Amino acid sequence: MSEIVKKFLYLNRKAPYGTIYAWEALEVILIGAAFDQEVSVLFLDDGVYQLTKGQDTSGIGMKNFSPTFRTLGDYEVKNVYVDRDSLAARGLTQDDLVQIAWEDFDTEEEVENIVEVIDSARVRELMDASDVVFSF
Amino acid sequence: MSILHTVNKSPFERTSLDSCLKFAQPGAAVLLIEDGVYAALTGTSAEDQVKDALNRVKIYVLGPDLKARGFAEGRLINGISVVDYAGFVDLAAENAKVQAWL
Repeated sequence: MSEIVKKFLYLNRKAPYGTIYAWEALEVILIGAAFDQEVSVLFLDDGVYQLTKGQDTSGIGMKNFSPTFRTLGDYEVKNVYVDRDSLAARGLTQDDLVQIAWEDFDTEEEVENIVEVIDSARVRELMDASDVVFSF
Repeated sequence: MSILHTVNKSPFERTSLDSCLKFAQPGAAVLLIEDGVYAALTGTSAEDQVKDALNRVKIYVLGPDLKARGFAEGRLINGISVVDYAGFVDLAAENAKVQAWL
């Protein structure tokens, strides 16, 4: 384990499949999590589309990486945020999004869904509090 | 014969749809593909613009791209038709040319 723990914020602003950003972000998030850093993942603007339920890419010949988001909890990622205004502008609610469960294997603490919809004040605080921001 | 316009960008990120709808002639066909399909959904900030355009142009959405992004046809704005890849080919063949709004 590294001695210095930094607060990493992964900022996701792109829809999945149309560009490679969302897929690349997920890869980097998983790498960062493996190094025991304090990770937050924020979905903003078209990034909120990455979390929609029921994605089925069988018709477009691309890998459906949506299920991988549900494993983030297993990589000790506990902070997943979605911008409320971005959802509203797209006619979406939290019901349209996947759930990500989290469990602490030592204490057996469980959280059914770590996806949290937050307002813009919280988004600003999150950005301020982060040591490093990775933008996708 | 008219033009088939294709839009493959999200209406929330690029101006491709704006420009397409501005310049498409009445009676033209507009096919939303890839990230362009998000414009076909109800409840978005682009909904009024799309509904208004439906009075002038025919709007289609590519089914496999919609499905990939997790949306059922029930989420579409009334008046928008779903086509599959064969339908895409038909549209391309029926129209004089294809103009892509990238």
